Amino acid sequence: MENLLTHAKQEPVWNTSKEIISLLGLLSFFLIVFPLFGPSPFYLHLMIMIFMYAVMSQSWNVIAGLSGQISLGHGAFFGIGAYTSSFLYVQYGVTPWLGILAGMLFAALVAISIGIPMLRLSGHYFAIATLLIGISFQVVFQRWEMVGAASGLWIPLTEESSWFALQFHDSKVPYYYLFLGFFILSYLSVWRLSTSKIGFRLRAVRDDYQAASSLGIAISKYKIIAFAISAVIMAPMGSLFAQYILIVDPDRMFNLEISIIVLLMTVLGGIGNIWGPLIGVAILIPISEYTRIYFGGTGGAIDLIFYGLILMLICVFRPAGLISLLPKHLIEREKQR
Amino acid sequence: MTFEIILQAIVSGLLMGLIYALIAAGLSLIFGLMNIVNFAHGEHLMVSMFSSFWLWSLLGLDPLFSIPITILLMAGCGVLTHYLLIRYILKAKMLIQICATFGLSIFIRALAQYLWTPDFRNVDQPLLEGRIELGSLFIGQPQFFAAVACLLAFFMLYLFVTRTETGLALQATAQDREAAEILGIPSNRMFALGWAIGLGCVGVAGGMMTNYFFVFTDVGVNFALFAFVAVALGGFGSIIGCLYAGVIIGLVESLGGLLIDPSFKLLYVFAIYLLVVIYKPQGLFGRY
Repeated sequence: MENLLTHAKQEPVWNTSKEIISLLGLLSFFLIVFPLFGPSPFYLHLMIMIFMYAVMSQSWNVIAGLSGQISLGHGAFFGIGAYTSSFLYVQYGVTPWLGILAGMLFAALVAISIGIPMLRLSGHYFAIATLLIGISFQVVFQRWEMVGAASGLWIPLTEESSWFALQFHDSKVPYYYLFLGFFILSYLSVWRLSTSKIGFRLRAVRDDYQAASSLGIAISKYKIIAFAISAVIMAPMGSLFAQYILIVDPDRMFNLEISIIVLLMTVLGGIGNIWGPLIGVAILIPISEYTRIYFGGTGGAIDLIFYGLILMLICVFRPAGLISLLPKHLIEREKQR
Repeated sequence: MTFEIILQAIVSGLLMGLIYALIAAGLSLIFGLMNIVNFAHGEHLMVSMFSSFWLWSLLGLDPLFSIPITILLMAGCGVLTHYLLIRYILKAKMLIQICATFGLSIFIRALAQYLWTPDFRNVDQPLLEGRIELGSLFIGQPQFFAAVACLLAFFMLYLFVTRTETGLALQATAQDREAAEILGIPSNRMFALGWAIGLGCVGVAGGMMTNYFFVFTDVGVNFALFAFVAVALGGFGSIIGCLYAGVIIGLVESLGGLLIDPSFKLLYVFAIYLLVVIYKPQGLFGRY
């Protein structure tokens, strides 16, 4: 066990040095005071999208980067979160706060029940299976009358902004802080996870599952744990996004593009590194939002052309992502002893 | 529900299944040769259908006659894919390989959407039109000839891989790349050949399908998904397995649609995939 774990420990990617921590302190301070400068709604929206995609990509990073399983249908958990909270609110008037928790729980249950039969699958077969499952969710929700089938659920508007219903009509600032809160929470938990025992074991399974298994690590258990954690991180973003746009429909919430984007951001920034997704998101979301402004509604196809191209270029030239361009001492923990 | 309706569903499932089989054979050949799954397979199919459509629309060439051009174009596309992209990621981690071909698929589809808009197009009055009536059974002519062409192409592919010297060299590279290189088989060229043939198969299927299918930018998605299922069902790298798997999928799709609920057609096929990969991961005809 010792050999394998020390090997995993020396690996630079999930560690964080002191410089980075102080940088992050500054960054979070800036993010917290940012709305006080009175930025225009567009910049608030941009930041909200960055927070949201940063969390979603981090969720994908947990399953793909930390445990080494490539999920191509990860958007399913986003949709599950969105539908759970919205359905509870629309049907029973349950506050979205509880809806978010319910969505997380439900996403974890789905991840576990999908994960158990798919344990044996490795590599390509797992990737294809998740692709199929992601599409199946969309197909099912498009035809499920109880949740509004193809037209989806409309979240009834409250008269005034309310923290109970999580609806804010006159300003984006509350949304900003909501997303920021979840963003910080998710990154702290993933950081905690990556330096915990579970994190080390997951990396051992990813790097050499035979060796890990021979050392007594229950591979299947850890793969399922990673899948469930990843789903739990993804689901609240769906719920919050539903509150943000106040409509939930299968084409938006179970869009295959979500799965593509989280993969792209993570790979671009640096897969397996906790800061990778953030870097990818900070670069791509502004580009995507600006192209949407300049090219109108059809901008979607244009940013996808770039996304595909960037993904291929990164895979060929920089498989470790853009983070590998940063000076080594920033990403590698100083050698201890 | 009468016997005739079921028979009709079986026949149309069979005809569709043969097309799935040929598309899957192309995928399986590449997968078996270099252990890379071409996630852009559906987009390549879309490109071949558009090539066939534009040759008809701009030059007035019937899809039936433009098939050789489409095949050559797709083979060229395959060689290009290998030399421009795949060559660099042969030794990369599987994760990177998946992301690279996935990136290619996003790129091709988005580019097609930008260039040609997401409109649905179809070929007016192709040579193959109308239907054949056998008693109470109706078979669309284009569907029938597409299936025949796919079957023909399939057996030519099979003979090529198992009977010719180049085909054997291809198999040798698939089994052990280094050993094959020592014996003087240039693996890089074999890979390029594999891509050319794999996408050539897609060219045949796409060209024939243009006769009766709508041509649009997302057309390939479902076909690619079915091809993934067929490859898993038929067994890793088994070309003949693809034939059976494709037919099974075609039958499940049409019978499931008829007997249970047509709006969930996709799900029946996905269910097969999950059952197969979980309970019989080596597939029906897998070598490993």
